[in-house]
Amino acid sequence: MQEKEHERRQQEFDAKVANEERIEPKDWMPHDYRKTVLRQMSQHAHSEVIGMQPEGNWITRAPTLRRKAILLAKIQDEAGHGLYLYSAAETLGTSREDMIAALHLGKAKYASIFNYPALTWADMGAIGWLVDGAAIVNQVSLQRTSYGPYSRAMIRICKEESFHQRQGYQIMLVLARGSAEQKALAQDALDRWWWPSLMMFGPHDAESAHTAKSMQWKLKRESNDRLRQKFVDQTVPQAECIGLKMPDPDLSWNEDRGHYDFGEIDWDEFWQVVSGNGPCNRQRLAHHIKAQQDGAWVREAMHAYQEKQQARSARSAA
Amino acid sequence: MNSKANKQDANKQDIVNYAIALGDDSLTLGHRLSEWSSNAPFLEEDLALTNVALDFIGRAMMFYSYAGEAEGAGRSEDDIAYLRDCRQYRNLLICELPIGDFADTMARQFLIDVYDVGFYTELMQSVDETLAAIAAKAIKESRYHLRRSEQWIKRLGDGTGESHDRIQRAFNDVWGYTHELFEVDKIEESLINQGIAVDRPALKTDWERCVQSVLNEATLDTPDGQWSIRGGRAGLHTEHLGYLLAELQFMQRAYPGLEW
Repeated sequence: MQEKEHERRQQEFDAKVANEERIEPKDWMPHDYRKTVLRQMSQHAHSEVIGMQPEGNWITRAPTLRRKAILLAKIQDEAGHGLYLYSAAETLGTSREDMIAALHLGKAKYASIFNYPALTWADMGAIGWLVDGAAIVNQVSLQRTSYGPYSRAMIRICKEESFHQRQGYQIMLVLARGSAEQKALAQDALDRWWWPSLMMFGPHDAESAHTAKSMQWKLKRESNDRLRQKFVDQTVPQAECIGLKMPDPDLSWNEDRGHYDFGEIDWDEFWQVVSGNGPCNRQRLAHHIKAQQDGAWVREAMHAYQEKQQARSARSAA
Repeated sequence: MNSKANKQDANKQDIVNYAIALGDDSLTLGHRLSEWSSNAPFLEEDLALTNVALDFIGRAMMFYSYAGEAEGAGRSEDDIAYLRDCRQYRNLLICELPIGDFADTMARQFLIDVYDVGFYTELMQSVDETLAAIAAKAIKESRYHLRRSEQWIKRLGDGTGESHDRIQRAFNDVWGYTHELFEVDKIEESLINQGIAVDRPALKTDWERCVQSVLNEATLDTPDGQWSIRGGRAGLHTEHLGYLLAELQFMQRAYPGLEW
């Protein structure tokens, strides 16, 4: 009897996914689906929040007041994206506190790209152009992800991300048209951020642990390699347009495929950074933990005050 | 040049300097608040603090570009922000103090928000239309800032024992920097008499009343009024400002004269 019921629910779920209907928080869903979507949303939320650090590194040193204001606004958007995504993840019954605890224990991950250092002002351009550019390619496909709250969060986030990508490209454009020194800053930033951006799409499809199942559930709508190709195809002409050179000797247009061919990613580096040994992994996590610890007394005070207020209004109502 | 023209020029320069000083208040405080990015006690507060930072940086841009225009010597808002050293900065000292902990930041912010609400309400009445227009925008922001910081003072003061001690200490430590909020020199006095500048000494009574009432409600003591440090409007700063400027101005100093 129970088995039959389970089978019926599974069929209902499968049919919904097949019909492009969204799975909502109260719907029945397979245990592994729940686990996977939660992992993906928590990772995405943490990425938005940890991603504030490399850019935050340049707020106080932005070269003009206008650039400073734009950068601040962009970082605020990222904090806002983190909030939507934590809320979307909380629909599955895991609190933000638990997700942050898992991050601090190293159990939950965030995008590895943020483990690279933002060394010069040009990195603000490269991050917006390449990192946000790569994120958009991925997120556009996730607007159609099967989990409703995640899909809706993506639709909202994509609108703001395209502004981020444009502002990053605009920083690069100004540098590329500027003095020799500025152009060198831009080229250096592209050299350092290009390969890590390609790594953002994850391992090749054949080696991706979660791809097959996620595609079947329509959590993921396009494979890592296809998304990566899409990003390369859209970004190479943008670099050419502003006179910057891609740091890949194997990069060339393939007329037959109608796509750019490009060199092989350094997968050793990829796995090193993913497993915690990138240039900034420890710094990023330590920063987040410190802010959390330094703020503990503030959060406690807020709760204590709220309880006192509630007790007061209960007394006055009695 | 006749003496009337001389006088007009002198007055114009006074208005320029006044706008720059107000821009300096906004920029130094905005800079400090922006340091909270990725450091706040929780994500919503990170967002709120940087949002307030953005308001102050926006004000700085408006004041500086007005100063540049009024001066007519071709200085841009960025020239004014990035190419002056410590002794040319004219902000009130309280704005440049380091962020300290969350209590230090909120104590300073609350004292300034109360001041700003009074200040911009009056500046809206300035006979200088541009200053009045900037004030009309700023007052809306400052009212919102004050609602927030006032709430935090109550939460921290009447929260836990630790938060009470921290916020009390923060008020004690910053108190001596509040006196110069209400002091003006001869030149500013002359702008006040012409209806251009705000009569800051006249704001003090309301400010004290408002601060004291919130501190009372937050179970905090109003600090002792004796010690005071002053000099911001004369370019006599704390040692902290030099580091703030070193960071703020790094790009313009390292790569002078370029577009960004």
